[in-house]
Amino acid sequence: MVGLLHSIEIALGATCLGLLIGTGGAYGKLYGGPVVRDLLAVYTTVVRAVPELVLILLLYYAGTDLINQALTAIGYQRIDISGLAAGIAVLGFVQGAYSTEVIRGAILAIPQGQIEAARAYGMSPGLLLRRITLPAMLPFAIPGLANLWLIATKDTALLAVVGFYELALATRQAAGVTKAYFTFFFAAGVLYLLLSLFSNLIIGRVEAWSRRGMPSLKEAR
Amino acid sequence: MANEAAIINVVARTSLWLQPHRILLILIALGLVLAAAFFMRWDWLPQYYEMGLIGIWRSLWILAVTCILGFLFAVPLGLAQATGSFWFAAPAKAFCTIIRGTPLLIQLWLLYYGLGSLFPQYPWIRESWMWPYLRQAWPYGVLALTLSFAGYEGEVMRGAFAGVPKGQLEAARAFGMSRWKIFRRIWLPQAFYRALPTLTGETVLQLKSTPLVATISVIDIFAVSSKVRQDTYLTYEPLLLLALIYMTITGILVFAFSRIEARIPNKIG
Repeated sequence: MVGLLHSIEIALGATCLGLLIGTGGAYGKLYGGPVVRDLLAVYTTVVRAVPELVLILLLYYAGTDLINQALTAIGYQRIDISGLAAGIAVLGFVQGAYSTEVIRGAILAIPQGQIEAARAYGMSPGLLLRRITLPAMLPFAIPGLANLWLIATKDTALLAVVGFYELALATRQAAGVTKAYFTFFFAAGVLYLLLSLFSNLIIGRVEAWSRRGMPSLKEAR
Repeated sequence: MANEAAIINVVARTSLWLQPHRILLILIALGLVLAAAFFMRWDWLPQYYEMGLIGIWRSLWILAVTCILGFLFAVPLGLAQATGSFWFAAPAKAFCTIIRGTPLLIQLWLLYYGLGSLFPQYPWIRESWMWPYLRQAWPYGVLALTLSFAGYEGEVMRGAFAGVPKGQLEAARAFGMSRWKIFRRIWLPQAFYRALPTLTGETVLQLKSTPLVATISVIDIFAVSSKVRQDTYLTYEPLLLLALIYMTITGILVFAFSRIEARIPNKIG
């Protein structure tokens, strides 16, 4: 059960971090200079082409190592980075690449006139982002982001490979101790499934909320 | 003249793509690659070269087999969900939901450790001809990846089958085609064309899930890199090379699928 809690914590943290990176990345891709755009293109392409497992290993070891080296270089002591923080950072980095693409598509789907109207009102870019772009892109982005959230919950299982204690690893240890492999993995599968189904329910609510005031999909057809 | 125009066109496109900042970025990237080549240790490469090739071959083999088997399995799944009566549609939908709702790692471990630990309890399984296969790891890996691909692709095929315009099927029926012939000549090809772009993405995703079989002791390219890391105590070099290999395979896959996509007649539906 502690494992399940850890899994959910990581998935939540990674999705939030991924959303932040994604929003920034999408803005960079749409409005940034040529260099920023090219760098972001490399980032999203590379992250989406390499298996998550390899990325997690690479970032997990490289990331903690780099931070420790930087700290010793400045003159601080080495710190032990908690698995939770490292897991969130790594999965967030991966999620960021995917959500960049989702959010970029969603921003492009906003009718251009809305953004132009807001500029004509003299809104500052920050206000424009908060009041117009984010709320207006939400209905377009929710399906993609929901998919990403489901992927994130399932990707947390991969952190078991680098030895982080979450649901998959907890199950494996419990199964190893009791020798009841089938029962435990089955139970873990059911837990993950419940988590997915429960998320689907909530996502349906959120989507309905974000689409309020818009014609429903059935009528539009 | 046409030749010259073509050359000018190519030059113009290249110069548009090769802007100054891009040249700088490419130079920086080259510098990074060269630095990696010179300052990191690559002397383990010759020793593990053959093993790596076998690993790549095995990864590709698993990818191809699971994709083809999974697709064959996904067609009836999609068909059952798109048209079948409740008793066909409900199990197919449940299967897709379960596969898509649980992590592949758990499915893999459930099959390998779970089922694998149940089998030896029954003497008749141990004596049957299947036992030599059931003792190895790869059948479980292939089975789990096939089921997962079928689950994801079944959902896609459902949409593709449902998306074929009704008029096409009615016209085929009006021609007096038998049901099987309609399916083979009209319905399946059109649904396949519709599903092809998604199929590309699913295949790349499938490639990215093949390293998971390394966790149940199948020696694919990922397992080879883990072995190199354990033997040589190097952290980054094998992983970087591994990432490069996967990126190359992804690039080849995407290119191949785009060639196939270019061949299908467009303007469908």
